[in-house]
Amino acid sequence: MTQQAQTVSGGSEDQTAKTLQGAVVRFAGDSGDGMQVTGSQFTVAAALAGNDLATFPDYPAEIRAPAGTTYGVSGFQINFAAKDVFTPGDAPDVLVAMNPAALKTNVKDLRRGGLLIVNSGAFTPQNLKKAGYETNPLEGDSLDGYAVLAIDITKNTVAAVKETGISTKEANRCKNFWTLGLMFWIYGRDLEPTIKWVQSKFKREPAIAEANVLALKGGWAYGETAEISHFRYEVPAAPQQKGTYRNIGGNQATALGIVAAAQLSGVPVVFGAYPITPASDVLHDLARYKAYDVATVQAEDEIAAICVALGASYAGRIGITASSGPGIALKTEAMGLAITTELPLVIINVQRGGPSTGLPTKTEQADLLQAVYGRNGEAPLCVLAAATPGDCFHMTLEAVRLAVKYMTPVVLLTDGYLANGAEPWRVPSVSELPKIEVTFRKDPEGFHPFLRDPETLARPWAVPGTPGLLHRIGGIEKDYNSGHISYDPDNHEKMSKTRAAKIAGIAKDVPEQKIEVGAESGKLLVLGWGSTYGAIREAVQRSRDRGLDVSHAHLKYINPLPRNLGDLLRRFERVLVPEMNLGQLVKVIRSEYLVPAESFPKMKGHPFKIEEIEDKIRQVMES
Amino acid sequence: MSNIVETPKLTKKDFESDQDVRWCPGCGDYSILANVQRMMPELGIAPENVVWVSGIGCSSRFPYYMNTYGFHTIHGRAPAFAMGIRMANPDLSVWLVTGDGDGLSIGGNHLMHAVRRNLDIKVLLFNNRIYGLTKGQYSPTSELGKATKSTPTGVPDHPVDPASFAIGCSGSFVARCVDTDAKHMNEVLLRAAKHVGTAFVEIYQNCVVFNDAAFDAFTAKDKRDEHQLKVEHGKPLLFGAQKNKGLRIDPRTLGLEVATLGENGVTEKDILIHDEMNSTIAMMLARMPFPAFPVAVGVLYATSRPTYARTVHAQIEAEKAKTKPDLQKLLSSGNTWTV
Repeated sequence: MTQQAQTVSGGSEDQTAKTLQGAVVRFAGDSGDGMQVTGSQFTVAAALAGNDLATFPDYPAEIRAPAGTTYGVSGFQINFAAKDVFTPGDAPDVLVAMNPAALKTNVKDLRRGGLLIVNSGAFTPQNLKKAGYETNPLEGDSLDGYAVLAIDITKNTVAAVKETGISTKEANRCKNFWTLGLMFWIYGRDLEPTIKWVQSKFKREPAIAEANVLALKGGWAYGETAEISHFRYEVPAAPQQKGTYRNIGGNQATALGIVAAAQLSGVPVVFGAYPITPASDVLHDLARYKAYDVATVQAEDEIAAICVALGASYAGRIGITASSGPGIALKTEAMGLAITTELPLVIINVQRGGPSTGLPTKTEQADLLQAVYGRNGEAPLCVLAAATPGDCFHMTLEAVRLAVKYMTPVVLLTDGYLANGAEPWRVPSVSELPKIEVTFRKDPEGFHPFLRDPETLARPWAVPGTPGLLHRIGGIEKDYNSGHISYDPDNHEKMSKTRAAKIAGIAKDVPEQKIEVGAESGKLLVLGWGSTYGAIREAVQRSRDRGLDVSHAHLKYINPLPRNLGDLLRRFERVLVPEMNLGQLVKVIRSEYLVPAESFPKMKGHPFKIEEIEDKIRQVMES
Repeated sequence: MSNIVETPKLTKKDFESDQDVRWCPGCGDYSILANVQRMMPELGIAPENVVWVSGIGCSSRFPYYMNTYGFHTIHGRAPAFAMGIRMANPDLSVWLVTGDGDGLSIGGNHLMHAVRRNLDIKVLLFNNRIYGLTKGQYSPTSELGKATKSTPTGVPDHPVDPASFAIGCSGSFVARCVDTDAKHMNEVLLRAAKHVGTAFVEIYQNCVVFNDAAFDAFTAKDKRDEHQLKVEHGKPLLFGAQKNKGLRIDPRTLGLEVATLGENGVTEKDILIHDEMNSTIAMMLARMPFPAFPVAVGVLYATSRPTYARTVHAQIEAEKAKTKPDLQKLLSSGNTWTV
């Protein structure tokens, strides 16, 4: 293979960029190759160019898996377009593979005829062996179905940064920016924001900053000179609602939601957490927002993290904790205490593959039943689910609003896909955000700790430090009329029913379920929840475009369910429930409404592809 | 401590709740409760600014009987709740009641961190060397070989000593007292109350039903003088009915030894003076083998270091001084574009 770019197949040698409605690009390389940084910067550039987009980072659990191995491959996929984008896309149109292992694990996903950019410099006998290739795939005919751009990126990068005098090892590490430069050239992106980012990121290491900038420019210059302009594309800006936009990831949005809740309610937040993938970034973000009345505690374990939060709620702060599967399991007992002491608390579960340690860096929706039912005793609480990365912001606010209004723990379900994925987000004006009203009991007249608001059934929030309201609460059953401990059988039944009625009553306070896409009744309703939103929505839209009578509804309120959901479900002949589990929401729906909803499960640690749901819809409609 | 109101006229009655006390007749918890209720008015803190937090076990019912704010939480986790309360409101006086099982078995991890972090809470650990509420299983402080309901052939594992545990976790205040010695307990609790940081007090507490007379060997009237050493800062470590026995350092082993005044030319000058700021001596005192040595009670160790809550709140204040919160600006930060 020569150092010259070779094209196995390609378009005409036309000098102007072709206009595309959108593209799906995947960066794949060794986990030390900086693919997540490359992907993020490519995303920012697409966002700044006005494209709608969605991203999906996919990285191994090991921090630095052995170099060159297939299990050490880290990927980042982005779907960007001149129209609305709902998912990171199914098959990539462009695959960037930085080594043989990345090629091996990713090429099967590349669209036939798609563009494959490979770093031929990494295709050494040693790396080929590690990836399990017996012969060099760049030399045979196995890649004939793709447009292959094989470039010795390593060598080009070293040449581009030579003048900085940095070591070869350091120079090698700049190859992701060289690659990014080439991708920027292909899609006509502005280099400036990335240059600024590099300069700020490496401000203490000016030589490294300079090298990365030179690499970026080198990649761009390569595009200009290598006679590959037939690979040049333009993806125009997508029509968007007026406003100011930023790119946002799910965990980032969750953290901002927590800050906003503190600011909008005027009640400071105490956030207790213990490091766990993929929830840790919420803690990292919040630790920087101390000035916004958010105190963070990195507790000694998951149990302490929720207990710190609940202790803070007891003392008049908004207690919040965030974790993922195994950590949530550990918090279960404290959630029971929050339920019986009727204190506000928000528990954020950034779901990942389970059970046990499961697939820490992969996504799943298999904690729904745990959230709704998974505690000892009759232990109802409110369960919400966010649908997109930006929606994590709004659902976090909603979780806090309901927790303080109804004096109840609220579980907010997000997942690894939402947490690490990103989308353009219209920055809301603070004035359009919901009010979060908090009332602390001050009046000693007639007070007891379980005196209830007749409408919400919430008990008063009476915090230590308030004169005249001295009282004791705890995990033992309480007397309905005084709040003192009680072992009376009738009282226990009354309290259990009251706690259940309080949670059920939240249905009056949340929006009715609406149809996202399609008619209000018909042959098939596809009912989803959580991060499957984009894939279902697009699949239903495409099916309707082909004339199928199908609609999409997406649940954000899992417990209680929206008050009109039963009626809505019964207006459709069939109901299909795609979920990244073995059928959990479908169980709830069937038991609540006696509706023969059908399950469409997926348990692969990866989100649904649009095509998978589309195929399923077709299949159901034909059967 | 800005919103803590001086209330000099309070009495023991003001700290008694209206709930019936439900411990077994003769339980050591009664005398601890009475002592605490007697001691609280001396602090000059209004009841509404006091919070009692507990986990699960006989001792953890304590908050129900105090006319203050109280939170009876879950097994072993009280230190984490106390931390949350501290984070929420640095002005409250937070007291934690735990037992040998709650604090050192299921909750050992949390207790370690509460002590290490110097949370600024008072921890009263009632040590009765048995599980009472679950009816008689061995606890992490039960003696090796002891026959209990769950160990009919004897406890197979070595016990933990609560005071040495606390000193080992870098506790800033570690003390011991005995349920039946009201006057001494009062002195120790007052010292604990005034300590800034996590004050850890181990209280030897008799369980009349499942482990009666567990501490008689050094607490009974006819035994305590000979087998108990009440340490006092700046005073020689003397004990015995005649106060003629003392502790001194054996230079050959760098360990403690018991010396009798008047024997082999030993005078009071040879006896170690208690320095409660010396953690090495404190650890030696806490770990003296019984009955060759007496059981040391009183303030074994006390030092001053920054508390967790103050450090955290100082960080928050420093950030607030630097950044004026502007939610709109925060939401719009990073790379933005306008359509």
